[in-house]
Amino acid sequence: MPQRQLTGARIRARRMDKAMRQADLAHAAGISPSYLNLIEHNRRRIAGRVLQAIARALDVDPSVLADGAEAGLLQQLRLAASEAAHATGDPAATMAEVDLTEDFAGRFPGWAALVAAQAQRLARLHGEVAALTDRLAHDPRLATSLHEVLSAATSIRSTSSILVGTEVVDRDWQARFHANIYQDSQRLAEASRLLVGFLEAPGDAGQRPLSPAEEVDAWLVRHGWQGAAGADTVAEIATLSPLARPMAQAWIARFAALAVAMPDPDFATSALAAGHDPAVLAARYGRPMTDVMIRLAMVPETDGHPATGIAVCDGAGVLTLFKPVAGFALPRVGAACPYWPLYQVLSMPGQPLRRAVALPGSMPQRFACYAMADRNPAPRFDRPPTIEAVMLVVPQSGPMTGDPEPVGPGCRVCPRDACDARREPSVLT
Amino acid sequence: MAKRVLLIEDEPNIIEAISFILTRDGWTVHTHSDGETANDRITAMPPDIIILDVMLPGKSGYDILRDLRADPRTIHLPVLMLTARGQTRDRELAEKLGVTRFMTKPFSNAEVLENLRDMTPP
Repeated sequence: MPQRQLTGARIRARRMDKAMRQADLAHAAGISPSYLNLIEHNRRRIAGRVLQAIARALDVDPSVLADGAEAGLLQQLRLAASEAAHATGDPAATMAEVDLTEDFAGRFPGWAALVAAQAQRLARLHGEVAALTDRLAHDPRLATSLHEVLSAATSIRSTSSILVGTEVVDRDWQARFHANIYQDSQRLAEASRLLVGFLEAPGDAGQRPLSPAEEVDAWLVRHGWQGAAGADTVAEIATLSPLARPMAQAWIARFAALAVAMPDPDFATSALAAGHDPAVLAARYGRPMTDVMIRLAMVPETDGHPATGIAVCDGAGVLTLFKPVAGFALPRVGAACPYWPLYQVLSMPGQPLRRAVALPGSMPQRFACYAMADRNPAPRFDRPPTIEAVMLVVPQSGPMTGDPEPVGPGCRVCPRDACDARREPSVLT
Repeated sequence: MAKRVLLIEDEPNIIEAISFILTRDGWTVHTHSDGETANDRITAMPPDIIILDVMLPGKSGYDILRDLRADPRTIHLPVLMLTARGQTRDRELAEKLGVTRFMTKPFSNAEVLENLRDMTPP
């Protein structure tokens, strides 16, 4: 994935900041000044080894030069182009110049950000329309409310027309029908109240996260994961939508239970001593490894503890909990890369998996992943077991060691052509 | 002898109102509220006509209708279906299953009587 425009400009800016001459940087990085000049002016692609040498000479992490916020922007722009082509149904006629995405973002950063933001907004709106349609068609509460209204209306209409009809109705029947109408009118009032409440549009529709689960994730990030186990948080979740509230409550209760079973400061000390290895900690506390992983994600990134991300999904691969960490993202809607250990362990419940993985790119972002899937601890005879997979993610920096497994950002924006798990072509090729 | 109609519906007040107007119109009205046992009741004592609600506890009106049409004894039995939704999809499903007529809730009493008269040979 070439990112010469952006990387070159960034190298130049860093060098200027350090008041370093071009010749000196070139010398320190072991390349010719004219070559560096071409790189800085975005005329040459830059390979991993040279980039690392320049980064060393500038005393910055190579990822600072190669994978900034712009990498995300480029990915969003490519996705926007692919979505637009897909929507019109004629890829050839409408496809933007995807091969020039870097140039576009480099030369018109404001416009590029606008395109990306609009594409995101479009995706959000599409998602909301789909969710609302789904709700109208399938929500059992809506169907029940409608049925109530129609039943009550039917009964009232039929009964009242008997009473106002020309034929005489004896007194006993009259009294009975009056009582029925009164009863049904109350039913109708209650059902229509529920229905109106259900159909009432929320005022801040544009700002809401797509799903209650995303709302909970965003709240956890805002609130801070480490304090989420506290009892005072219960009042704070009042700001969440009614659907998200019980989900947040369930997670807070689970966090609280984990904090009791593996209490601080003992847990923090043990985690450091164990090198944050979930297996060691699971043995030490006699807890399921999936619990230990979630507990590790609750430890703040201070005092020698690494930054961590976590993903929890169900048997259908749908995320139920997500804590982001630099560079780590999984799609909420749409298809993720099946090579993430999170999905690999779904087929082998009870078997933990530790993998180093790398995202594609000239300076691949790398993560240490610990994953394991567990069946529901309270199984039932009459239903198949539910399954939950947990993956703890620790971003890795420094020199590359070992041979990380390739994972991707999702087929559509993944540059790995020869991939057994590819579902659809990439827009990058 | 009065014609017999079987009303299969689970809303007590609707049962009461419809029973009243049909009885007054000269029908002998039997009622049944449980979807699950409806087919047994019909075959045990076949009426001249059936008024069948779609939303029933235990078994839906569509399933009851499907079983009626699969049974040679009830294959031609006139069925007036009451549906809470007037959507084309439901209408098509009912017609495919062999419904004789149907009415959308909330209907008028006159509609019920008119439909029943039309559906029964003199």
